[in-house]
Amino acid sequence: MEYFLQQLINGLTLGSIYGLIAIGYTMVYGIIGMINFAHGEIYMIGAFISLIAFLSLGLLGISFVPLQLVIVLLVAMFFTAVYGWTMERIAYRPLRGSTRLAPLISAIGMSIFLQNYVQLLQGARVKPLQPVVQGGIELMTNADNFSVQITYLQIFIIVLTVALMAAFSNVISRTPLGRAQRACEQDMTMASLLGVDVDRTISLTFVMGAALAAVAGMMVTMYYGVIDFYIGFLAGVKAFTAAVLGGVGSLPGAMLGGLLIGLIEAFWSGYFSVEYKDVSVFMILVLVLIFRPTGLLGKPEVEKV
Amino acid sequence: MAVAATAERARIDFPAVLKDAVLAAVVAFVLAVPLVGLQTLDQGANALGIKTRFDWVAYGTIAVFLGRLAIGYLLAVRARPATAAGTSGGLNALAATVSQYSTAIGVVGVAFAVALPFLPFSSVYVLDVATKVMIYVMLGWGLNVVVGLAGLLDLGYVAFYAVGAYSFALFAQWFHLGFWQALPVSGILAATFGVVLGFPVLRLRGDYLAIVTLGFGEIIRIILINWSDVTGGPNGINGIPRPTLFGLSFLNPDNVAEDVPTFSGFFHIDFAVIQRYIFLYYIILILALITNAFTLRLRKLPIGRAWEALREDEIACRALGLNPRNIKLSAFAIGAMLGGFAGSFFATSQNFISPESFTFIESAIILAIVVLGGMGSQLGVVLAATVLVTLPEFGRELAQFRMLIFGMAMIAIMIWRPRGLLAHREPSLRLHGKSAARRKAAA
Repeated sequence: MEYFLQQLINGLTLGSIYGLIAIGYTMVYGIIGMINFAHGEIYMIGAFISLIAFLSLGLLGISFVPLQLVIVLLVAMFFTAVYGWTMERIAYRPLRGSTRLAPLISAIGMSIFLQNYVQLLQGARVKPLQPVVQGGIELMTNADNFSVQITYLQIFIIVLTVALMAAFSNVISRTPLGRAQRACEQDMTMASLLGVDVDRTISLTFVMGAALAAVAGMMVTMYYGVIDFYIGFLAGVKAFTAAVLGGVGSLPGAMLGGLLIGLIEAFWSGYFSVEYKDVSVFMILVLVLIFRPTGLLGKPEVEKV
Repeated sequence: MAVAATAERARIDFPAVLKDAVLAAVVAFVLAVPLVGLQTLDQGANALGIKTRFDWVAYGTIAVFLGRLAIGYLLAVRARPATAAGTSGGLNALAATVSQYSTAIGVVGVAFAVALPFLPFSSVYVLDVATKVMIYVMLGWGLNVVVGLAGLLDLGYVAFYAVGAYSFALFAQWFHLGFWQALPVSGILAATFGVVLGFPVLRLRGDYLAIVTLGFGEIIRIILINWSDVTGGPNGINGIPRPTLFGLSFLNPDNVAEDVPTFSGFFHIDFAVIQRYIFLYYIILILALITNAFTLRLRKLPIGRAWEALREDEIACRALGLNPRNIKLSAFAIGAMLGGFAGSFFATSQNFISPESFTFIESAIILAIVVLGGMGSQLGVVLAATVLVTLPEFGRELAQFRMLIFGMAMIAIMIWRPRGLLAHREPSLRLHGKSAARRKAAA
C-alpha cells in the first residue's frame, strides 16, 4: 500500500511533465495536422536554458529560492518560445499547403539539427544541477520503516502544471486568440476569409506549445538533476504517445494521456522491470490505437470523399 | 534599356528588405544569447560553471543580418521577371528528362556500377564506400515500396533491417548457417515481423501509423540492448561469418588450414584483401539490382497497381472491392523482407553488429533518401543515397558538423523541392503507350 502510494506520487509528477509536452503536440496537430517532430527538441532546449539560467542566477548571487524559480521559469519560457517561433517560421511555414510528408521530413531535419546544435555548443556530456528545492513531507511510515514521501519539488511541479493547465484552457476557450485557434482548426480557408490572421495564429500556437515545453524542461532539470542533449527524443515520443492516447487535438485529453503515461511508467518500473519501461509505454500506445483509434477523449473523425 | 533597368531596380523596396534583415538579426540575437553566449563548463565533481562567449553571439547576429539582407535582395531582384516558373524550372525539366530516358540512364548506371572495381581509381576505401551506398540504395528501394508506392509512412524501417541482421547473426552463432543459407530465412523472418506488426496497426491513419512504427523500431532496439543472453546486449555479436563463393572463402591461404578452400588458392592467384571487398560489393550490387527488378515488376502486376491506387484514394479502392488491409499488409511484408535481406548483408559485411547501428536516426536517413530522391522514383533513390552517404566522406575533417549540416540539408531540400529532387509523376499506365504520349507532347 505504501509502496503503491509512493509510485502514484512519482507517476503523477512524471505525468505532469509529459502532459505539458503533449499539449504542444496536440495543439499543433489540431491546427495544422502535422506531427511536430522537433517538439521534443524544443523541450530539451527549454531544459538547457533553465539549467543555464539557474547557474547564471547562482553566479549573480540571487539565492532566494522562490525568486530563482520565477525568474528561471520566465526566462526559459521566453527564450524557448522564440525558438519555437523561429522553427515554425523557417521550417514549416514555407511548406504549408505542400505534400503531407514534406513538413514531417523537414521536422525530422529540424530535430537532428537542434540536437547537434546543442551538442556542439554545450558539449555532449551529461550536465548535472545541484538540487534547488530540497526537503519534503512525510505522509506515512509503515512497519518496515518504508516512508511515503512527497517532496516540495513534486508539489511545486504538480501545482504549477495544474495552474498552467487552467490558464491555457482559459486562453483557448475565452480569449479572441483561442477563438481564432479553434476557427483555424476547423477550416483554415474560411477562417482567413472571415478576417482571422491564420499565419499569426499558427505562430502563436507554436509559441504557446514551446513555452509549455520549456516549463516541462525546467521541471525535468530540477527533478532529475541531470540533462543531456539527447533527452528530447524519448520524451518527445512519449509525449506524442500521451497526446494520441488522450485523443489528438483535445487539450484535456493530452493532460490525461500524459498522466496515464507517467503512471504506467512509474508502476511498471516499480513493480516489473526498469529496463522495459519504455517498451510498456509503446505497447499501451499500440493497444489503445487498436481498440480505440481516436484516443480516450478524441472525437471520431468522419472521412469525407 | 539602361534607363529601364535602373527604373526597375528602384522599385525594390529597400526599407522593407532592411527591416526584414534587422528583424532576423534581432531574433538571431535572442536565440543566441542563452545557448551560444553562455556555455556550461565542467568544474570537477558534479559542479558546473558558466563561460561567456558573447563575441560568438555578435558574429552570429551579424552573419544572420548580412545573410538575410542578401537573400531578401536576391528574392526581390528575382521576383520581378517571371514569378512562378523561375527557380525550380530547371530542375523540373531535368526531372522530366531523367524520367523520359530512365532506361538509358539505368543501363549506363548499372554498367558503371559493374565496372567500378576495375576502374583505375578503385581501392579498398572506394569499394567500402560504394558497398555502403549500395546498402542504402537497397534499403531505399525497399522502403520505397512501403512509402512511395503504398503511401504508408513507416518511421521504424530500421527494425526490419535489425531483424534481418540479428537473425543472420544468431543463425550463424547457434546453427552454424552460412550467409547464403541464412539469407532467405532472415528475409522471411523480417517479413513475418512485418505482418505481425502490420496486422493490428495498418488500419490506422497515416500519422498514427508513423508513430506506431517508430515505437516498434524503439521496442526492437530496447529488446536488443536488454536481452543480453541472446543478443549480446550493448556489446552486440562478434565474429559473424563472411560469405563464401560456392564454398570458397576469401581468407589468406597462409593463415588457414590446408583443407579449407580459399578463393586465391582455388584459382591460383595471389591473395589480396581487395578481392573480398570486390566480392562483397558484387553481392550487394546483385541484391540491389534484384530488388529493383522485383519492385519494377511488382508495379506492373495487379498488386502493384492496387498499392498505387490505395495511395491515391482509399475510399475509391474500397468501393471497387479491394481489401485495403491485405494490400497494405503485402506492401509492408515485402518492404520488410527487402530490409531483412539488406540487414543480413550488413551483418556479414561488417562481421560485427550491435544495437547502435539500428537507432532511429538510421530510419530517418532511409526515409530521407526516399523522400529527398522523389517519392516513387527509383533513380531518385540512387541519387539521394549517393549524395547522403558520400557527402560525409568528403567532409571528414568536418565530422562533428556532419549531422548538423545533414539536418539543415533536409530542411533546405524540402523547402526548395517539397516533392523531392527528381520528383516527376509519370502515369504508370497509358491509353496509347509511352511513345504516343511523347509524340503528342512534342507536337
